[in-house]
Amino acid sequence: MARLNVNPTRMELKKLKARLTTAVRGHKLLKDKSDEMVRRFSLIIRENKRLRDEVEKELSETLRQFSVARSVTPAYRAETAFAMPSVAVKADCGVKSVMGVEVPAIELINEKRTDGLPYAYPEITSEADYSVTKAAALLPKMLALAETEKTVRMLAEEIERNKRRVNALEYVMIPQLEETIKYIKSKLDENERAAVIRLMKVKNKADV
Amino acid sequence: MEGKIAIIGDGDSIMVFRAAGVATFAAENEAKAREVLRKVAKDYQIIFLTEELAKPLTEFLKRFDEEPYPVILSIPSKSGSTGHGTELLKSAMERALGVDILFNN
Repeated sequence: MARLNVNPTRMELKKLKARLTTAVRGHKLLKDKSDEMVRRFSLIIRENKRLRDEVEKELSETLRQFSVARSVTPAYRAETAFAMPSVAVKADCGVKSVMGVEVPAIELINEKRTDGLPYAYPEITSEADYSVTKAAALLPKMLALAETEKTVRMLAEEIERNKRRVNALEYVMIPQLEETIKYIKSKLDENERAAVIRLMKVKNKADV
Repeated sequence: MEGKIAIIGDGDSIMVFRAAGVATFAAENEAKAREVLRKVAKDYQIIFLTEELAKPLTEFLKRFDEEPYPVILSIPSKSGSTGHGTELLKSAMERALGVDILFNN
């Protein structure tokens, strides 16, 4: 491992020692953070898988049902019947923090509907009514899925970044500092020995 | 903060959501979906995208992962699930953990 390009002085040694302590502490903290993030991630991803399976199953079913129901009605009539929704669903979009990562927190805002469906009943078959109700009921779950899935992706990114930091500290910074400290120490020792020898020589000469 | 919900997909799959009160945007192919998405992403916080459209746009969608919003979720269309969502999940897991803890294969 390459050592840092510094002058072998006591000043530098002191500075490097301080940096090494910081690096070691930082490494430990980051490693702990990484562990905790991985733990949370595995919980969230399990939840995500469960939600996704549920949503996919129910949604495919609803959509298939709807397309069958709709096919009974002529296309243009269905088009006009569904063109104007009476309500617009809204969601409360907040942010929460998971291990310092800002992730979305979504909640459906419940609005009271005057009547269940946004179109005139005679135009559409009751099967379609049913699938529309089902789709509306599925929305909260879909939003929950959207939230967890985004969380998973953002957390995955953060874990990766954190891992890179930990590795950089562990395999580059810390060895480099240790190596440099060792080098300075041996240089200083060498100087000390040289000084002692010089003194001895001078003394010898003076005695003679 | 109040957010709006949108869905992008082919005509049939999204109609039912229009009735349920979600803003719908039709897009038949990849290029159109990209264009619509660019516009919609500015105004809507939560966007559902059918898997058929999400799959070719995977790379494009990655750029939305930096910020909490907009949230873009791929959902199956009326022709059923293609497994794209599970795949995304898997790739995130592999990136973060390096191992497969969910699917065990």
